[in-house]
Amino acid sequence: MGGVVTTFFAILFTVATLVLVVGLGLRIARYARTPAPLKIPTTPAPLTRPGVAFRLAREAVGFESLFRANKPLWIFAALFHFGLAVVLIRHARYFETEVGPLVALVQPLALYAGLAMVAGLTLLLARRVMIERIRYITGRSDILMLLLLLGIGTTGLAMNGLVHTDIVAVKAFFTGLLGLEIRPLPADPLLVVHLLLVAALMLVFPFSKLLHAPGLFFSPTRNQTDNPREHRHLCDWAAKLEDRKS
Amino acid sequence: MAAPFDTPVLGDVTERGIPALKAGAMAGSKPYVAAAAHQEPLGFPGVLEDGWEKKAIGHMGELLGKYRSLQVFMDICVKCGACTDKCHFFLGTSDPKNMPVARADLFRSVYRRYFTAAGKLAPGLVGAREMNKETLDEWFNYFHQCSQCRRCSVFCPYGIDTAEISMAARDIMDAIGQGQKYCNEIIGKVHRIGNNLGLPPPALLDTLEGLEEDMEADTGVAVKMPIDVHGAEVLLVTPSADFFAEPHVLGLIGYAKVFHAAGTSWTLSTKASEAGNFGMFIGNYEQMRKISLRIREAALELGVKRIIFGECGHAWRVAYSFLNTLAGPWDFLDPRYPVPQHILEFTNDLISRKGIKLDKSGNDGMVLTVHDSCNVARGARMGDKPGGQFTIPRDVIRASVPKFVDMHPDTICDKTFCCGGGGGLLTDELIELRVKGSVPRMEALKAVVEQDGVTHMAAMCAICKAQFTKILPYFGHDREMVVSVHQLVSNAIVLGDND
Ligand code: HEM
Ligand code: HEM
Ligand code: SF4
Ligand code: SF4
Repeated sequence: MGGVVTTFFAILFTVATLVLVVGLGLRIARYARTPAPLKIPTTPAPLTRPGVAFRLAREAVGFESLFRANKPLWIFAALFHFGLAVVLIRHARYFETEVGPLVALVQPLALYAGLAMVAGLTLLLARRVMIERIRYITGRSDILMLLLLLGIGTTGLAMNGLVHTDIVAVKAFFTGLLGLEIRPLPADPLLVVHLLLVAALMLVFPFSKLLHAPGLFFSPTRNQTDNPREHRHLCDWAAKLEDRKS
Repeated sequence: MAAPFDTPVLGDVTERGIPALKAGAMAGSKPYVAAAAHQEPLGFPGVLEDGWEKKAIGHMGELLGKYRSLQVFMDICVKCGACTDKCHFFLGTSDPKNMPVARADLFRSVYRRYFTAAGKLAPGLVGAREMNKETLDEWFNYFHQCSQCRRCSVFCPYGIDTAEISMAARDIMDAIGQGQKYCNEIIGKVHRIGNNLGLPPPALLDTLEGLEEDMEADTGVAVKMPIDVHGAEVLLVTPSADFFAEPHVLGLIGYAKVFHAAGTSWTLSTKASEAGNFGMFIGNYEQMRKISLRIREAALELGVKRIIFGECGHAWRVAYSFLNTLAGPWDFLDPRYPVPQHILEFTNDLISRKGIKLDKSGNDGMVLTVHDSCNVARGARMGDKPGGQFTIPRDVIRASVPKFVDMHPDTICDKTFCCGGGGGLLTDELIELRVKGSVPRMEALKAVVEQDGVTHMAAMCAICKAQFTKILPYFGHDREMVVSVHQLVSNAIVLGDND
């Protein structure tokens, strides 16, 4: 039984990782390759590249526009995303033999971060059901995505606080996988569900709205400098129009 | 066409109520479809032809490869709803399809069906939808209920700009033969005659002469309205409404007085007798470029050194943000000045250098507020600092009038509301939409009228001016309550005794 689970997850995670990395890579390459023919930053916009980097950082770390738009949503989003960030940083311990300083730093926060994440997700879900206009724009996939993340979060929390799993073995399995070596994975039900859902998340990531994470940095309204009068902005296909005599 | 409707009751601007949804409230609102006579001169098919569905999808694919904005915006919306209560058309009509994300989803659902794995495999799960007549009709109605004002993009955590999506949708509809009459007819006039109103050169010359006579009679000073003058320093490109409609024309008189007082030689052009560029409204790069190139040609022919744009919102966006791309480089012009400049930059600079004198008593009795035009506020800039598009018009107004107050902070600067008539919607058959879409602005205006005794609202866009002139009476105001910024300058400027 243990052997089957191990082999299954070894294959699953290999495939999921490939799909995630290749899928995301292709998507990002497409965003990067697609030209932005016109200067369309939402103004007032920064005039310089460093200014743009700062604007993007404020959006990625502080959800600046969302803060201006909707305070309750901003709180829910921050609970979920910051919780998620801390949880993910701490999860690095399943993949590296030496625990880095950042992981050590957030180590004691794990439970709270996990709780914040789940609380944030619950509030986001409640919003989708309770607020009329949010219900209107919600599709089935939006609900499923929240449920998926909630499933990951609650099984994780249950392992953290209630039914512990053999973390040393989990780490051995994943570090082994990184070196293309199969080591046994504990067949605890919570862990199995946690990992199944995580694999599902990895598989849908490049095909879903989760593309918002890389996409933010490619959004022309946020990543362009406001200097159209000083620098002529011309993309390739627009330049070709100029060669044609008009 | 325009069925009777009730003028909305204005709420309290400080409470900012979000309306309960009224599905289908504006399902019947649509502009006239362009006839073949309006389509064909622009190179678009005259009518929907068999196989248009496939052609639409093909064109969509092309746009996705040409516009990063469209491609990224299609993928990354998380349906968070931060934009849902930000569109004046939703706030004014309660129609859920006027929530920016819902509007964008009309496009996105088709994108998903034909361009994503999820939409091909599980259309029901991700809300994917076929391109068919029903979809097209919804597109036509609701992508003509977006004034491309970009307010949604300010608040979206990823800057998703529904205006970009509306433009793409309109471009696709043009490409398959279902264009909008208002825009395409006007673009045809620009190409044929030189301006949106279709004023031929002789009529234009006549009008300008009349204005010169009026000004001389009024002020005793021979202020000129030069046109097609070779070797002038400045080419002024202004919306054609400035040549005849009020309050626009009072603004034009203001520009002329400023040039006169500053001693700057300037000229209008019959070829480039229009600042507006409706190519943007229909999302068509080539049209936008063709319209912009008229300005380049006029500048070259007249041998001017600078280009200045008159008061116009969407025009200023195309001019400020796109003109260098579309019709540059401008290396033949004087490198000491940005190309193009806004007339407000020019006037503000003169005021701060004491190059012109203003006497506020010329506007005695007036209490002003200002309507930030959406495309000036969120699609362009003035001056050399971010946000100059807010400070410069206010500085010019303050220098010209005895009292100025701003409207509610959630309705000004980059949070400004569209007037309700931008983006190619300023047409009579859309009057219900226009009245309802102006509600957020009218609420903010009502508050300053009641609390601060505001008598006039300044605007810096030909569309805003035309829209408010028409809409203000619905809400019990005088149509002359809306004024041009340069109309205020015109009333205040001291002519004659400038050395
Ligand atoms: C650069 C990284 C990221 C940024 C800046 C970011 C930002 C945001 C923002 C601003 C929202 C809208 C507010 C909300 O609904 O919570 C959002 C929603 C969401 N994000 Fe992220 N995010 C990032 C990464 C991620 C990652 C890695 C995941 C998942 C693994 C994720 C999952 C989600 C989900 C599921 C939603 C929708 C929530 C709902 O349904 O209401 N995000 N994100
Ligand atoms: C291959 C990837 C993953 C592995 C091997 C893994 C494994 C684990 C394990 C063993 C625990 C229990 C920790 C303990 O007992 O202290 C846990 C907890 C948790 N996991 Fe994961 N997990 C993975 C990915 C994820 C992802 C992608 C998320 C979020 C989307 C997540 C969210 C959580 C949460 C919220 C907890 C509880 C808080 C904590 O202990 O950090 N996990 N995970
Ligand atoms: S661009 Fe303006 S009109 Fe269009 S959806 Fe966004 S807020 Fe509404
Ligand atoms: S704010 Fe942006 S991400 Fe959120 S629903 Fe609107 S368009 Fe989508």
